[in-house]
Amino acid sequence: MSIEILMPALSPTMEEGTLAKWLVKEGDKISSGDILAEIETDKATMELESIDDGIMGKILIADGTENVPINKVLATILEDGESANASAPATTSPPAVTKTADVSVISTSAPNEPVALETDVPEGTPMRQMTVREALRDAMAEEMRINPDVFIMGEEVAEYEGAYKVTQGLLNEFGSRRVIDTPITEHGFAGLGAGAAMAGLRPVIEFMTFNFAMQAIDHIINSAAKTRYMSGGQMSCPVVFRGPNGPASRVGAQHSQDYSSWYAHIPGLKVVAPYSAADAKGLLKSAIRDPNPVIFLENEILYGKIFDVPEMDDWTVPIGVSKRLVEGSDVTLVSFSHGITYCLEAMEILSAQGISAELIDLRSLRPLDLGPVLESVKKTNRLVTVEETWPVAGIGAEIAAQVSEKAFDYLDAPVMRVTQKDVPMPYAANLEKLALPSAADVVEAVKAVCYR
Amino acid sequence: MVSRSKTGSRAAAKKPAAKRKPTAKRRAAGKADSSSPAIIPFTHEEDLAAYRNMLMIRRFEEKAGQMYGMGLIGGFCHLYIGQEAVVTGMQMVAKEGDQIITGYRDHGHMLAAGLDPKGVMAELTGREGGLSKGKGGSMHMFSKEKHFYGGHGIVGAQVALGTGLALANSYRDNDNVSYVYFGDGASNQGQVYESFNMAELWRLPVVYVIENNQYAMGTSIDRASAQTDLSKRGASFNIPGEQIDGMDIRAVRDAGVRAADWCRAGKGPYILEMMTYRYRGHSMSDPAKYRAKEEVSKMREEHDAIEQVRARLLEGKKVSEADLKEIDKELRAIVSEAAAFAKASPEPDPSELWTDIIAPLSSEEGASA
Repeated sequence: MSIEILMPALSPTMEEGTLAKWLVKEGDKISSGDILAEIETDKATMELESIDDGIMGKILIADGTENVPINKVLATILEDGESANASAPATTSPPAVTKTADVSVISTSAPNEPVALETDVPEGTPMRQMTVREALRDAMAEEMRINPDVFIMGEEVAEYEGAYKVTQGLLNEFGSRRVIDTPITEHGFAGLGAGAAMAGLRPVIEFMTFNFAMQAIDHIINSAAKTRYMSGGQMSCPVVFRGPNGPASRVGAQHSQDYSSWYAHIPGLKVVAPYSAADAKGLLKSAIRDPNPVIFLENEILYGKIFDVPEMDDWTVPIGVSKRLVEGSDVTLVSFSHGITYCLEAMEILSAQGISAELIDLRSLRPLDLGPVLESVKKTNRLVTVEETWPVAGIGAEIAAQVSEKAFDYLDAPVMRVTQKDVPMPYAANLEKLALPSAADVVEAVKAVCYR
Repeated sequence: MVSRSKTGSRAAAKKPAAKRKPTAKRRAAGKADSSSPAIIPFTHEEDLAAYRNMLMIRRFEEKAGQMYGMGLIGGFCHLYIGQEAVVTGMQMVAKEGDQIITGYRDHGHMLAAGLDPKGVMAELTGREGGLSKGKGGSMHMFSKEKHFYGGHGIVGAQVALGTGLALANSYRDNDNVSYVYFGDGASNQGQVYESFNMAELWRLPVVYVIENNQYAMGTSIDRASAQTDLSKRGASFNIPGEQIDGMDIRAVRDAGVRAADWCRAGKGPYILEMMTYRYRGHSMSDPAKYRAKEEVSKMREEHDAIEQVRARLLEGKKVSEADLKEIDKELRAIVSEAAAFAKASPEPDPSELWTDIIAPLSSEEGASA
């Protein structure tokens, strides 16, 4: 029996990767521990090691093939006496060694949007497709080019180029004075960042994830957010705290928390949580220019998602302005960050059932711009909020309260919240799925408020 | 109001250690020079300035205590009485642009940094004329102009923030030093050591001034600290440290010069443990039953920082008892004026509740979509 070599999952959020290079060829003798190939994920290049002995059989995925899904058969290893010809798995397309032949069986298209999204970009603006990760990096690079006081500091931001590769290339362009690797010391470097900001610099402090920012939250709130008030307006703290927030995938309770409502609670902070790459770029540039402390909540799962980003000299998006993403008539969905994904998925299902949903992306959580939400509710008379935060005192709770204060007479149904379930994030795949909000949850909530 | 001497003027001559009081053992850790240079005497003018500046703090704090008793000052009020030599001596070392940051026992530091006593007192009373328009209170005052960065109520927070100020100096390559004051209590906070690590790693120009007044609120240092010699607390980071008689302003100034020179030479941070003592309770509401009255009176009688200078001045015979009384009278007048201002200044307008939360975007900071 031949042994199949499968595309390995090399990170919690990886779904596909690039087969960068084979280091062995067909017919080579293989021992366990030999490095067979190099696999590129969106975060790093990893080595694929053999755990078996044998002869290298057919190579089914050629060097340079992109978007190879996890568990795809890459090649086979033959046991002694086996013939290479007999080894090709019957379920795959005929073994091919040319790049073009293989690419044809693998999807290379960018993730599809189910619904066309509205845009606030001037018509005719040239667009470029890029990932959220690249958009964030470009935002920082552009601001660093304009303003010598902007620097980035955090764990693994420089030589490693970011634990999630958001700071890729920055050390190379700006050097170690402005791209600073810190020890693992969140409380300390958050305080240093806040102090440097009080002295007038513009630090961008990266938390490897916001889960670790709990160690630093005293400086974020007591030192950064309150300084202006306590000093009677004399002293500002123009610092950006950024990093991935919220659940990623299968990383358990301590690495899967959404802190949106924690920071949105604090006067003196601005809080941003974008969904698209264009918003990520435009909002991060605004955050870096803002004279206040800004919490910039990114999402690990969105990092690799591709969007159109306007090609403009200085593309910025104002903080505190929400945006209608999709026009609809029957129900209003309000969400932000990765929550938008569930909404878009649900809207496809709802649309098939004849329910037209309007979707608002909050983009900023403080200040919270409910204008478009109220406007929409006055039209649809129904509201469902969607977020990955826990329900108690969450963003949805705040929206429900404000809408009931300001548009009570327009509501034809109670406001429903779709949130993460009120439990610590479980590790088991099935339980994690249950704990997270889902498109099905959104569909169910929409049907409930539509009495369908 | 504080005389400032240029750094670098310290004579290099190093002599054997002078005999010291038990609380003033001089020790060295890490890379610090282990020989203890003799204290450089103050000139008559320096002594006179030290006397005036320390007495200013004491008279101010006495008045603050009195006003607290009258219900004019609310909340917490931590007096600096007894510790005056520390910040006054260190400020003799500071040069223009050097930053100061401290904890909640901050009135003395603000006065030493040159802030208007009226503004400080009116902040204590929570009035419009206060340095923070009455919105900060005793523990939260700032001055960009005087490079005074607060005034922090979270024990130890100023250590990381002050190290960040030093990071800014290093980033700008501007030859300034950040003086970070904290107590023996704060020195047990984790972020202090996170800051020490980065400060030494990146050779940041920061002088950590540990004001060891022996009590973290009501807990004496030997009940709270496994290593009670706080000058050694930087040893595992290779930060030099010295234990200094913080009741002798000349020793403070000397050590300050050594530390600031070290920083300005690009050698990184420096720790000065100032052995000092607060005569009053931790705050106005602390009866200080955790220590014997005799301990306090002994310190006052034998080691008082102001009395030491006063004795030297009188010994020098360039001023008379009457001259010093005259200075005291002047200071009392300044303090009374500050108190009158703090009482007369109106409470902040209710509209101030909603101001200074978020800085407005300036025109060039405006974002467009």
